[in-house]
Amino acid sequence: MDVTIPILILAIPLFMFLLLGLLGMKMSHKLAGTLGTLGMGTVLVLSYYTAYNYFFSGSAQFITEGGDRLQALIFDQTWLAFTEKLIIKIGFLLDPISAMMLVVITTISFMVHLYSMGYMRDHHGVYEHGFQRFYAFLSLFSFSMLGLVVAPNIFQMYIFWELVGASSYLLIGFYYVKPSAVSASKKAFIVTRFADLGFLIGILVLSYYTGTFNFTQFTSAPVEGMAGVFQVSENTAMGIRNIFETSAAPMFMGASVLTWALVLIFMGGMGKSAMMPLHIWLPDAMEGPTPVSALIHAATMVVAGVYLVARLFPLYLMEESALTIITVVGALTAFYAAMVACTQIDIKRVLAFSTISQIAFMMVSLGVARPEIHEGLGYMASMFHLFTHAMFKALLFLGAGALIHAIGSNDYTAMHGLRKYMPITHWTFLIGCLAIAGIIPFSGFFSKDEILSACVGYDWVAYLWMSLVAGLTAFYMFRLYFLIFWWKEHKVAEGHHAPHDQPWTMSLPLIILAAVSCVAGFIPFGKLVSWNGEPYDFMAHFDWGVAAVSLTVALIGIGLAAVMYARENTLPEKFKNALPRLWDWCHHRFYWDELYMFITHKIIFGCVCRPLAWFDRHVIDGTMDAMATVTNKASEAIKPLQSGQIQMYVWYYLVGALLLGTITAVCLL
Amino acid sequence: MDYSQFLAMKQEIGVLAVFLLVFLYDTFMPARSQKALPAFTVILTAVFTAVGFFCCCGLGTESSVVAFSGMYETSPVIAAIKNILNIGVIIVLIQSVKWANGEEMHMRRGEFYELLLVTLFGMYMMISARHFLLFLIGLESASLPLAAMVALDKNRYESREAAAKYILTAVFSSAVFMLGLSYVYGLTGSLYFEHIYFALTTQRSLLLIVAIAFVMSGIGFKLSLVPFHLWTADVYQGAPTSVTSYLSVISKGAAAFAFMVIFAQVFGALYSDVWEWMLYALIILTITIGNLFAIRQRNMKRFLAFSSISQAGYIMLGIIAYNTMGVAAMMYYILVYIFSNLAAFGVIGAIENATGRVSMDDYNGLYKTNPRLAFCMMLAMFSLAGIPPFAGFFSKFFIFTSAINQGSVAIYVLVLIALINTIISLYYYLLVVKAMFISEDECVIANFRSSCGERLGLWICIAGVLLLGIVSCVYSGLLDMTSVSSLNMYFIK
Repeated sequence: MDVTIPILILAIPLFMFLLLGLLGMKMSHKLAGTLGTLGMGTVLVLSYYTAYNYFFSGSAQFITEGGDRLQALIFDQTWLAFTEKLIIKIGFLLDPISAMMLVVITTISFMVHLYSMGYMRDHHGVYEHGFQRFYAFLSLFSFSMLGLVVAPNIFQMYIFWELVGASSYLLIGFYYVKPSAVSASKKAFIVTRFADLGFLIGILVLSYYTGTFNFTQFTSAPVEGMAGVFQVSENTAMGIRNIFETSAAPMFMGASVLTWALVLIFMGGMGKSAMMPLHIWLPDAMEGPTPVSALIHAATMVVAGVYLVARLFPLYLMEESALTIITVVGALTAFYAAMVACTQIDIKRVLAFSTISQIAFMMVSLGVARPEIHEGLGYMASMFHLFTHAMFKALLFLGAGALIHAIGSNDYTAMHGLRKYMPITHWTFLIGCLAIAGIIPFSGFFSKDEILSACVGYDWVAYLWMSLVAGLTAFYMFRLYFLIFWWKEHKVAEGHHAPHDQPWTMSLPLIILAAVSCVAGFIPFGKLVSWNGEPYDFMAHFDWGVAAVSLTVALIGIGLAAVMYARENTLPEKFKNALPRLWDWCHHRFYWDELYMFITHKIIFGCVCRPLAWFDRHVIDGTMDAMATVTNKASEAIKPLQSGQIQMYVWYYLVGALLLGTITAVCLL
Repeated sequence: MDYSQFLAMKQEIGVLAVFLLVFLYDTFMPARSQKALPAFTVILTAVFTAVGFFCCCGLGTESSVVAFSGMYETSPVIAAIKNILNIGVIIVLIQSVKWANGEEMHMRRGEFYELLLVTLFGMYMMISARHFLLFLIGLESASLPLAAMVALDKNRYESREAAAKYILTAVFSSAVFMLGLSYVYGLTGSLYFEHIYFALTTQRSLLLIVAIAFVMSGIGFKLSLVPFHLWTADVYQGAPTSVTSYLSVISKGAAAFAFMVIFAQVFGALYSDVWEWMLYALIILTITIGNLFAIRQRNMKRFLAFSSISQAGYIMLGIIAYNTMGVAAMMYYILVYIFSNLAAFGVIGAIENATGRVSMDDYNGLYKTNPRLAFCMMLAMFSLAGIPPFAGFFSKFFIFTSAINQGSVAIYVLVLIALINTIISLYYYLLVVKAMFISEDECVIANFRSSCGERLGLWICIAGVLLLGIVSCVYSGLLDMTSVSSLNMYFIK
C-alpha cells in the first residue's frame, strides 16, 4: 500500500492544529471551525479508504489465501537511534483493530467537529471565546489518538498516549476561568499520569528483557516472502515467555516478571480507561464542553486501555494470572459504576459512569477470552462492543449536549417532559438508550450478547454477574431517559423561549449516529476482527439461550425504570428511604474521592511531603545557594583579568602558553 | 604538473569566483545599482553553497582526495564542514543586508563582502591544508581581513579600538604560533602533516611539549580559549554586529575544525601523552571562566562574547573525545550553534539597527512591544542553554555522549564539570529571558518593524533551532559520514 495516505492521515490533523493554533486568532470563528471540520472530513475519507482497502481489497499484504487477516507495516521510520537496541521508530501498522479504530476515531471526531460548530455558540449565535483554540485542540487530540492506534511499537504508543493525555487536559480545562474545570483537568492529568508511571515501568521491563519495542516482535511472526507483513502467532508470544523464564530473575515478589510487566502495562490502561480504583477522574472530566466528552470521554481516549490490552493480547494469553486480574478489575468496576449511575442527578455524570461500566464490559470480555472458548469470542466481542459503544455513547453524549444547550443546565431536575419540545433529540436519544440497554435489533444487543456468551464459556459466576450489570444498565439508562423526556410536563419559565431542537449542524450528527446504532449490529464483525486474524462466523457461536436471558434482563430493567419514572410519583422517594445507606453510598460514589483526599492530604502530604519540603528548603536549596554564592564571588574576584589593557592581554596569553607547556612537561616527563 | 588536481579544489575555486564577481560588481557597476550588492552576494553565495552540497555528494564513497603532492586534502567530511560554514555565512549575509545598505556604509559596502569572502577562503585553506605553510597562509588570510572588518565602523571610537586590539593580539598570537611551528620543524625536519606525524611517534621532549603548547595557543586564540581569549569581549563589543556574529560563529567553527585536523593528523600520536591533558585544562578554564564573566555582563554583545567563549569549551569536548562520534558530534554542535547564536545576534542586530540600544536593561519588557523578537530571542537562549526539545539540547547531549565514550575517569570528571557549568549558563541565559518577559521598564523599546533580511534570517535560524534536534537524520547522516572518514585512522590510541 502506498504510504502517502497513511502519512496524510497523521499529517492533516497535526497541520490543522498548527494552523489553527498559530493563526487561529487571526481568522474569523466561522473560518476556523470550517477549516477544522473540512480537515477532519478529509481525514475521515482517507481513513475510510484505508480501512476499506485493508478489509476488502484482498491484497496479499492484508490477507492470506486462506482468508487470515495479516498485520501490514505500512512504514516504519527510525526516529532516534540511541544505541543498537534502543531505537525509537515512528511508523504505521495496519491490522484489523487499527483499521477499525481509524474508522471509529475519524467518524466520531468528524461528528464532534461538525456538532461543535453549533454547540459552541450561544442562542444568539455568538461564538464562544476561544472557539479557534477549541478546534486547534480537537485537531491535536485527533492527531494523537490516530498516532496511538496505528503505532507499530509500544514506545510510539506511549508517546502518543501521553499526547492524548495532554490534549485531554487542555480540552477538559477549556473553560479555564471556571475553577471546577481547572481542578477537573488537573485531576484527570495527574491520575492518568500516575497510571502511566506503571505503564512506563511495564514498557521498560518488557523491552529490557526482549530487546525490542515492536508489537510485531511480541505477538506475530513475519510472513515469508513479504517485507513488513506479519501474522499473529502464539509461538512468538510463547518465545517471549521463554525469554522471561530463562532470564536471570524469572520471579519477582511471587509473580513472574512477565506477569509484572503485563500488569503494570495494564495499569496504564486502567488509568486511561478509568477502571477502579483509577476511575475518579472521568466523572469530573465532564466539566469540559460536552462534544469533548463525547469524543474523548466516551468513544476514543477512554478505550485506549482496552485497545492496549487487545494489542498485546497474545502476550496476555501467556499469563493466566494477568488475564484474571483484568477480569476481576473489570467486573468490579462494571458493577460499581452501574450502581453509582443509578443515583446521579447530573445527566453527564450518569453517562460518565455508564461509560466506565461499559468499558469495564470490554475489559471483562478480553479477560475471559481464550482461544479454546468459542475460538476466542471474547476478544472479538470486546472489539465489537468498543465499536458499537463508541457510536451509541457518542450519540447519547451529543444528545445530552443538545439538552444542556437548550436548557442551560446539566441536571435532569431542570428538564422533565421534553419529548414534545425536542423531537429529534428525543428519538435519537431513545435509540441510543435502546442500543446501550441491549434491545434487539439495536447494535448494543449484538455486542453485549457476545460478551455474555464469552462469559458463559468462561465461568457461570462471571456470566451471572455481568448479566446483572446489563440489567442495571438498562435500568439506569431508562431512568435517565424517562426523567428527561417524561416524568411531568415541562414548565417554561416566564420570559424564556420554550426549548427547541438544535440547528442542523447539531442534528445531523445525532441522526447519523442514531442510524449507525440501528444497523451496526448486523456488521459481520467476526469476519473482520478476531484475535489471530482467522475469519470467524459468530452465528455459529451465537447462543439463543444467552440472548433470550439478556433480552429478558434488559426488558425487566426498562420495565422497572418505566414503573418508577415514567410518571411523577413517590416510588423513587420511597425506594430511597427504604435503603438510605445504599443510596447514600451510591450517590457519593462510594466515597472514593473522599478516600483519595484522605490519602493524599493527610497521609502523603503530612507524613511524606512535609519532611521532604524541609529537606528541600534547607539542605538542597542551601547547597544551591552556597554554590551560587561561590560562583558570584569567583566571578567578582576574577573581574580584574579583563582589564581592557592590551599589554596585559598579551602578557596573560604568553604566561598561559608557557605555563601550559611547562606544567605539562613537569607532570609528564 | 597535473592540472586536474585543481578539480579537487572545487569549493575553494567557487568561493574565489564569488569573490571575483562581487569585486567586479562593486568596482564596475554604476552607483545606482550598488544597493543591490548585498542581495547579489547573498544569491551568489546561496548558489555556491547549493553547488557545494553537490560537490559533497559527488565525492561519493571515496574517503579522501589528496592533491598537490600531499599539501591539500578534501573528503566528504571536509566538504560537509565547509558546507556547514557556508550555511552560517548565508545567514550572516542575509542578516547584514540592512546594515550594509545603511547611510554610513555606502562607501564601504563592497569591502565588507569582499573581505568576508577572503576570510572564508582562508578558513577553507585552514581546514584543507596538509602542509603548515599552506595552513599559515590560510590562517593569516582568515585573520588580517577580519581586523579590517572589525574597523568597518571606523567613525565609531569602539570600532577602531577593537580593530587595534584585534590586530595586535592576532599578530602576537601568530608569532607565538610560528615559533611553535619552527620548533616542530627543527625536531622533525618537515612541514608536511604526514611526515611530522610519523616523525613524532617516538619523540618526547620539553621542546616538543612547549611547541605543542604554542601551536595550541595559536589556534586557541582564534577559538578564544581561556587564557587566550582576552581580546574577545572588547572586539565583539566594538565590532559592527554583523561582523561580531561572523566572528563568533564562522571564524570559531572553522578554527575548531582546523584544531581537530591538526591535533589528529599532526600530533595524533601524542594524544594521550601530551595534548589531551593540555586540552583538558583549557576546556575547564574556558567553560568556567567564560561562564563566570558572562554572569556579570550587561551589554548584550559582550554577554554573547563570553557565552561564546564557554560554548567553545563545549565544542572542544568533541575533540578531546578523540573518536568518530566526537567528530560527528562536534560538526553537529557547530551547526546547531550557528543557528542558535545567529538567532541571538539577529535579534540584537535588528534592535541595534532600529534603536541603537544594546544593553540588557534595554530589553526589559521587550515581550510587550515586540513579542516576536522576544520569542526568537527566547528560543535562541533556550537552545544555547541546552533545553529540550530545542536543537541545543541534542547537540550538548551528543557531544557529552561522545566524550563519555572516550571512557577514562578523567573525562567523566570533565563532563561532570561541563554539566555543572551548563547550570550556571542556564542562569545567565535566563536573565535575558527574564528581562524580556518579566521585568518592566519605563523606557521600553518601542514596537518597530524589522527589515526583510533580518526577518528572513531569523526565520531560518528559528527553523534550524526547532527542527535540527527533532529531524534525526541530520546527526545520523553526519555520523555515517564520519564513520568512513580518513580521520578515523588517527583515532587509534
